[in-house]
Amino acid sequence: MTKHNSDFELIIRPKYGLLDLNWKELKEYHELLYFLALRELKIRYKQTAMGASWAVLQPLFTMIIFSLIFGGLAQMPSEGVPYPLFSYSGLLLWIYFQNALTLSGNSLVENHLLLSKVYLPKLFIPTAPGLAGLVDYAIAMVILAAMMVYYQFMPTATIILLPVIVFLTLLLVAGMGYWLSSICVKYRDVKFVLPFFVQILMFASPVIYPLSIVGENLEWLLSLNPLTGLLNAHRAVLLGHAPVDYPGLAMSAAITLLIFISGIVYLRQTEKYFADLV
Amino acid sequence: MTSRDEKPIIEVKHLFKEYKIGADKAYKTLSESIANVARHPARTLRDLRAPKSSFRALNDVNFEVERGEVLGVIGRNGAGKSTLLKLLSRITYPTNGEVIMRGRVGSLLEVGTGFHPELTGRENIYFNGAILGMKKREIDDKFNEIVKFSGVEKFLDTPVKRYSSGMQVRLAFSVAAHLEPEILLVDEVLAVGDAEFQKKCMGKMGQVASEGRTVLFVSHNMSAIERLCKCCILLEKGTIVQEGPDVSQIVKEYLFPQGEGILSSYWVNEGSEFQNPWFKPNKMLIIDSFGNPLSNPIPNNQDIWLQIEGSIDNLDPAVDIGYVMYSEGDTTLYWSGLKDHRESQWPTFSQGDVILRTKIPKRFLNEGVYKIELYSSLYQRMWIVEPGKYSPSLNLHIQGGLSDSPYWVEKRDGVIAPLMEWKGIMKGQRSGSGQYGHDHAGLKR
Repeated sequence: MTKHNSDFELIIRPKYGLLDLNWKELKEYHELLYFLALRELKIRYKQTAMGASWAVLQPLFTMIIFSLIFGGLAQMPSEGVPYPLFSYSGLLLWIYFQNALTLSGNSLVENHLLLSKVYLPKLFIPTAPGLAGLVDYAIAMVILAAMMVYYQFMPTATIILLPVIVFLTLLLVAGMGYWLSSICVKYRDVKFVLPFFVQILMFASPVIYPLSIVGENLEWLLSLNPLTGLLNAHRAVLLGHAPVDYPGLAMSAAITLLIFISGIVYLRQTEKYFADLV
Repeated sequence: MTSRDEKPIIEVKHLFKEYKIGADKAYKTLSESIANVARHPARTLRDLRAPKSSFRALNDVNFEVERGEVLGVIGRNGAGKSTLLKLLSRITYPTNGEVIMRGRVGSLLEVGTGFHPELTGRENIYFNGAILGMKKREIDDKFNEIVKFSGVEKFLDTPVKRYSSGMQVRLAFSVAAHLEPEILLVDEVLAVGDAEFQKKCMGKMGQVASEGRTVLFVSHNMSAIERLCKCCILLEKGTIVQEGPDVSQIVKEYLFPQGEGILSSYWVNEGSEFQNPWFKPNKMLIIDSFGNPLSNPIPNNQDIWLQIEGSIDNLDPAVDIGYVMYSEGDTTLYWSGLKDHRESQWPTFSQGDVILRTKIPKRFLNEGVYKIELYSSLYQRMWIVEPGKYSPSLNLHIQGGLSDSPYWVEKRDGVIAPLMEWKGIMKGQRSGSGQYGHDHAGLKR
């Protein structure tokens, strides 16, 4: 008689601990995260004539419009950088954030069949859009490189911080995505609030304007927005036009981690009822 | 033969699952929630504390499954079968109680979950496999097998949305069928697809079972349950009412519940069921040749008539009404409809209440319990009452009156027990044609 070697024991109970993340399971399923992100990527530009060039066109057109209005008409200051380059370097990260957050916030409801028909670590579903968006980000980066050559800007050694900044943005998107998508399962209002929220957030972040124009009184308020530190540092390490604001980046990193971890906890606490509600 | 350290592969202990009733409470908008709290702070607090009206989908369910066992779960809709599977596969969580699983779980609650119409067949195989818990390497290894089993080789790089629905189902099942978990949870997968595909599925299920894997199988297909399962659980209103290795006995119990000792030999439409303008069934009962209602059990030496009463609001010439006869074990014995004969013999209808009678000849069925299920349809257009979909049904319990012969007094094996005609022809003695003709005429009458 063969003795089964698996001492594997899975216990299903109504409740589990606050931080009971089950790393083993996340590791076991890690390929699914890859497939979810891959699917996200593959279906994004299916049946579009322009295909993946949309990844470039979206920030490019936005940049052109903002350059005409804010750079041209409104004479927006831009930290001594030509306005198109200034705004594109912000929009690059912003559009990644915006697209990924919108997809992530709706992800659980959109994938309700996955929630109600199979078991999988639900954490992965809102994580995937953030991962998939990185590819678009990388594609859109090509335009920035071209613009930097044109305007003769060189990144400094701090460019090595770029992966850290992008990774923090990914964590921020994921963390906010965990919150929004889990709330959306119960309250579909999120679907309607999300576009407004994203729009307001854009104007509350130094995407197309420099932090200096808001004045010292409001600067601290803006620095509570984790995107502020990330966007500023992102621009500084790429263009090398200004020193990196390390305290600001650290502040953003702290808030980002707070959102990310609390998002995981919230999702884990509510996911048990997703299938009953969705 | 159980070894010392062999614990059951699945242990279910005091499992409860409650659902809150009241759609407005379960699913509301944020502003409503806020407004409610603001408007009635006291009531909200009370509501939070007071138990809400709830529905127990599972009510103290306990069972164990041994390694390699194939367990069937049967019960009517709403008995808690699907909830049980959802709990075991961790889609939803119990309100109370505990489940211990000692093995990798794979669940097939629906084939094709996660299929994306824009992705190609190839891409979907990988994605679906990953969702079901397969590793990429595993899928790589089985890729050719999966493709071959599904029979969609030619369309592997075509988006799935261009597939016929049959192809989609075949591909989806192929992926799922190549899953190799230690515990497999299956829910009604066999209900999809055509007969040939179902046969393929059954074969695969049998193979999985014979490989010694543990299977928990939920189905309405009783013959599949009887064929595949070594053990069976009958759920009723969230509790286990029957369990054990005597599968056919439990199946029988489920199909022909012995309510108050009498099998219901009539059916009455309780209010507004099966509402439709063409033919709304009102009543179905068993009567004798004189119109007197019969109750079970009924001896086999008398003609039995099935009386179907209904009302017609909207006369449609295409309306067809009939019944399906099932033997024990839910095997279809035959179909019979009022338009089975040549057109000139069809009964004519008018608007209003109608009564139909059809004879079930004496000494045709065997001793035992049969089920009669009503069907009605608009010919080649749609079902009005579809058999197998909780359509009106009643039981026919035949007992005694098998024959007048002293040689045939006990039940013989067989689904039916017709009394056939026998003749003995002696050599050299010519059988009178008149006599033969007389008998024939007698039969025809």
